[in-house]
Amino acid sequence: MAEPQRNTPLLDELKKGPWPSFVTQIEEMADAGKEACDQLLRLLERSYNEKIGHWKHGGIVGVMGYGGGVIGRYNDLPEEFPAIAHFHTMRVNMPSGWFYTSDALRTICDIWDRHGSGLTNMHGSTGDIILLGTTTEHLEPCFAELTANDFDLGGSGSDMRTPSCCVGPARCEWACYDTLALTHDITNHFQDELHRPAFPYKFKIKCSGCPNDCVASIARADLSIIGTWRDRIRIDQAEVRNYAAAGLNIEREVCGNCPTKCIEWDGNELKIDDENCVRCMHCINAMPKALRPGVDTGATILLGAKAPIVEGAQLSSVLVPFMKIEPPYEELYDLIERIWDFWGEHGKNRERVGELMQRVGLGNFLEAIGVEPVPEMVAYPRDNPYIFYEEYFVEEGEEEEEEVEA
Amino acid sequence: MSTQRRTDIGPPHYERFLPPVIKANYGKWKYHEILRPGVMVHVSETGDKLYTVRAGSPRLLSTKGIRRFAELADKYCDGYLRFTSRHNVEFLLTDESKIEPLIAELKAMGHPVGGIGPAISSIVHTQGWVHCHSAATDASGVVKAVMDELIEYFDGTKPVPGKLRIALACCLNMCGAVHCSDIAILGVHRRPPKIQHENLKKLCEIPNVVASCPTAAIRPAEVNGYPSVEIDEDLCMFCANCFSVCPALPMADPLNDGISIWVGGKVSNARSEPKFSKLAIPFLPNNPPRWPEVTEAVRKMVEVWAAHARKYERMGEFIDRIGWPRFFKLTGLEFRKEHIDDYRFAALSYKRSAWLRH
Repeated sequence: MAEPQRNTPLLDELKKGPWPSFVTQIEEMADAGKEACDQLLRLLERSYNEKIGHWKHGGIVGVMGYGGGVIGRYNDLPEEFPAIAHFHTMRVNMPSGWFYTSDALRTICDIWDRHGSGLTNMHGSTGDIILLGTTTEHLEPCFAELTANDFDLGGSGSDMRTPSCCVGPARCEWACYDTLALTHDITNHFQDELHRPAFPYKFKIKCSGCPNDCVASIARADLSIIGTWRDRIRIDQAEVRNYAAAGLNIEREVCGNCPTKCIEWDGNELKIDDENCVRCMHCINAMPKALRPGVDTGATILLGAKAPIVEGAQLSSVLVPFMKIEPPYEELYDLIERIWDFWGEHGKNRERVGELMQRVGLGNFLEAIGVEPVPEMVAYPRDNPYIFYEEYFVEEGEEEEEEVEA
Repeated sequence: MSTQRRTDIGPPHYERFLPPVIKANYGKWKYHEILRPGVMVHVSETGDKLYTVRAGSPRLLSTKGIRRFAELADKYCDGYLRFTSRHNVEFLLTDESKIEPLIAELKAMGHPVGGIGPAISSIVHTQGWVHCHSAATDASGVVKAVMDELIEYFDGTKPVPGKLRIALACCLNMCGAVHCSDIAILGVHRRPPKIQHENLKKLCEIPNVVASCPTAAIRPAEVNGYPSVEIDEDLCMFCANCFSVCPALPMADPLNDGISIWVGGKVSNARSEPKFSKLAIPFLPNNPPRWPEVTEAVRKMVEVWAAHARKYERMGEFIDRIGWPRFFKLTGLEFRKEHIDDYRFAALSYKRSAWLRH
């Protein structure tokens, strides 16, 4: 059958302009003989004409022994687009910090050229290397080649999703703990939870080295581990004066933006009232040569962020104001396991841990996981008087309520 | 193959991929400076320097595209590179003299250099019509159109007061978790699911479907002899959670799907606490291939912010200072009923003081 020439005028529009084009990327694989990419372009052109997608719900596909890491994908026009009738995604666990050598990248490319469409996302929203588009029979051989080259699959479905982190101490002076080491360790410590979905729903972990939160952990991770410090901001007064001499208006742009007004500049010396500093990072961001986080560093642990589905979007909230983050991370792992135990027992199907926390109340949740309430956990104490007091006194001689039969 | 099957090995250790300058200075970085748009230097306590050149990428990369990055890394960075959380690619150099030729080569390949510091960085986004079953709009196409429009804010041609981060999710599932972005582009459905009564029982568990609805709009019902469900359409807020558990309740609809725009969110703790994005525009049509209504709306908001915000001010901080009424006035956006929240804790978003500008 002679294939009619690919005709994609709408997509061709997106090959123009200064931003690099995804259409060009798909097209060059099509031109190199990847039939799947040719058909993907035709199908996408059809979506652009019809203003609707042509992909169906995923089916259950995967590699032996794993319950996650592969997302089944099928199009709804398999007769017209047989080369992408099955077009599954493989999520490959990226190295911490998304560092690569050119050889490692070429290894992945070689494997994916042999077993898939040649299309990827570098990277998916959770952080994995996304290998976009293959058929069921390629899953096992592709997986075998990946693992032979020390790569493994990431998470999908109701499991621990692939943890991710910022660039951390590899290239950042603000990293308050080793985000790369922790991410690598969590990932390996919880391989079973990553690969075999056994939770009520997904659980994401993101590690940011400082409160700038470059991996958006407070918005995108059920468990947000955000670096911070307990002691004083380190000040190099000579460098502060250099910033002033170079034209930075320290009074207005640094002190004026301090959320707790704990920083003062008299034209010669910068003073910080560290007890009132909330570790927002602004002054450090503005004068990186002059100011640095302290040296007694660790992380704030926050819990519960999620996108809207279904009870509404949430940001993570404080669970542990400060924790030292050092191997073997026993305190952190113990906390994670207590959270998973309670969530596993009481979470409803497709209920994120943040929603469970809302449903039972943070107070009850804390009690269940064995964490003492502290004022750092709330923006303010309750302002409604409907308190569930849990005990009351009875008059002497007053009849005790009969115990409920077990 | 008779080799033993390897499983649960985890990712390769990151140390294998760190350039020598990073291994030698791991945890010892002292400060950094932005040298020019898209280029920064990190200086170590040892005096060592590491230069980073950041370039934009379409996120959807072919193996050919990745191999081109690998070749550049070989040529300029001894083979070392990384990617950022916003899909940019970063080349890691120790030889300052190689920065210029690397940038020239990146630009010749069509990868703009920029996105560091006060600038618009790449758009975090989702799959859209390229690969997703629940998309209400495309992702890569809208992103391409918007970044073409905003390229001067990425490459530093047009200076801006602070950081501006845009994200796109093609439905409310928000794989792109856009809900805390300076500008969020969010695909929306506007028509309740079209129930496929003849398939529903075959494809779905009815109790699960009923339980999936956050507003209890779905009830079990027998329709034309099929065990199925009925939906109180007045209660539907188009979350598509029912479709997530039941393929027989499709939401996608060309006449009604489109895009909503949200503003003023952030995740950083700097100056002000992290916050959600708020609704700016309830609906714009899907108008491929270039979504002109969307690019125009985003450009307008960026221009208002760039012209009026103070140094460092993120979009949300800027709006908090000037107030939402003035934001709507400056941008010329229409304020409508849809802007007023009516879900959980809606009243917390009502104005509960007389602090108004007149």
